Amino acid sequence: MALDDSLEARVERLELPFNEFGVDPYGISKKHLARAAPVLAFFYRHYFRVRCFGCEHVPPRGRAMLVGNHSGGYAVDGAMVLTSMFLEMEPPRLAQGMAEKFINRFPIASLWTSRTGQFTGLPEHARRLLEDDRLLMIFPEGYKGTAKLYNERYSLVDFGTGFMRLALQTRSPIIPFAFLGGGTAVPTVANLYKLGRLFGVPYIPVTPYVFPLPLPTPLEIHYGEPLTFTGTGNEDDEIIVGYVEQVKARIAELIEKGRVRRQERLFL
Amino acid sequence: MRVLILGIAGGIARKLATRLLASGHEVLGLDARPWTGAPRSIEIHRMDVRKRAAEDIFRRRRPDAVVHMATVTAFSLKGGERERINLDGTKAVFDHCRDHGVKQVLFVGRHTFYGAAPDSLLYHTEDEPPRALDKVPELADLVAADLYAATALWRFPEMTTAVLRLCYTLGAPGTGTLVSFLRGRRVPMVLGYDPLFQVLQEEDVVTALQLALEKRIRGIFNVAGPPPMPLSVIIRETGRTPIPLPSTLLAWLLGRIGLPTLSRGALDHIKYPIVADTRQFREATGFQYAYDEGRLLRVFREAAPLPGR
Repeated sequence: MALDDSLEARVERLELPFNEFGVDPYGISKKHLARAAPVLAFFYRHYFRVRCFGCEHVPPRGRAMLVGNHSGGYAVDGAMVLTSMFLEMEPPRLAQGMAEKFINRFPIASLWTSRTGQFTGLPEHARRLLEDDRLLMIFPEGYKGTAKLYNERYSLVDFGTGFMRLALQTRSPIIPFAFLGGGTAVPTVANLYKLGRLFGVPYIPVTPYVFPLPLPTPLEIHYGEPLTFTGTGNEDDEIIVGYVEQVKARIAELIEKGRVRRQERLFL
Repeated sequence: MRVLILGIAGGIARKLATRLLASGHEVLGLDARPWTGAPRSIEIHRMDVRKRAAEDIFRRRRPDAVVHMATVTAFSLKGGERERINLDGTKAVFDHCRDHGVKQVLFVGRHTFYGAAPDSLLYHTEDEPPRALDKVPELADLVAADLYAATALWRFPEMTTAVLRLCYTLGAPGTGTLVSFLRGRRVPMVLGYDPLFQVLQEEDVVTALQLALEKRIRGIFNVAGPPPMPLSVIIRETGRTPIPLPSTLLAWLLGRIGLPTLSRGALDHIKYPIVADTRQFREATGFQYAYDEGRLLRVFREAAPLPGR
């Protein structure tokens, strides 16, 4: 079977309520997914040679939140996590990211992100998707996470707390994950914030070779065991922050573990 | 019950009148426009609701329920007169209803109230305020009318008021904003965008309005049909050809070379989706659409063939 055929078959096996035009109630489109899949699969399998560990921790169906670290100057991590869920899960799952607001201002990007299920990061979107038993992908560091420079590539910046309240309110398990190698693939040495604002984006990353094109560096994704927290979501901030710190610590552990494993891989 | 339909000469209002009549209700209507061929058992008064004589209808005929569909869009009328019809007309309707003991009022509004913007919600709920109106001044009077109608919920608690925000309708052949947009062989789109559109078949609109009346619902409700579809699907499946054009070029070309007219601000409505969450209405009335997305588009395609064919 040709590669494209199997990818199309995986799109068909996505458990989403597509209508007769191949569109689900959020506008996710089989046609767009089938066109995006070969590109993403090429980068996943051949360009970045992504290795994925712990997929068995992600529930095959039902609501869940993938919560991880940002790594790389832009959303290479999100694209590869999405691809890992599509290629490695059985049945395939569509991870739906909570994208930055600026993306919808750009033609083409607005269309493709929404047709592939990546919606503006609004709490209402996240809640609705979880209530519909979707798989949500969240980077609680926000754009400050992607703005990490090369020497900060394994660090974590402050996490937002909204995802934790949402997890409690919707009783969703959190699957922590570590994404490794993004900082090497896009080795950012500086971020141009003022220039970015001119173009309507938070910043423009600069690499030693100027343009932020990703290098073909091996990447790794490590999914951890699900974390479940009990509560209503209306708890005091200090309780929520405590829960968030637990998730952050777990992600830091996964990063450290993966870092050792990845270094061995790179030097073998 | 005795139902007075304001704006009864409109396409959906006619269908509603006929359906209510068939269901055993007494129907009367008021419109400045004529309805030739109306059933004899429907009492029709040709006048403007803002005129003195209109109040006499309320006084003499004492309707139990009023359906207010006498609002107009920027497509049908420009400028100050449109504002007067929408705002002064709505005020007159509620004043007459209060003064003459009407028990129930349905205000039929539009889901475009929520506005289209790059950072807005995909599914809008009834408790949201209107957004992006500064970009579409042509909508401001309709939104103001909607908000004014909603004030009746607390100003006239003795009256059962429902404000319905209806998505785009498609009928056979149909009338309305979306039908006007789809009238040509080629339908413009904004290059790089393909927003979701919610569509409800006119027969289903009538069912929804009838249910709202008979269930005596109170509050603000979004009304829509099957799950939303990309605009490109609607264009293709109705037999048209989508023409994607850069935003600035499209703004200049609208209303020329056979393309439909659209206000400059309303360009956002073909860039970003306005989708309404309809759970409240379904729970309150048990409404279920009869026309799914495929049937709805096929019916329109057959009923509204391309010009020149």
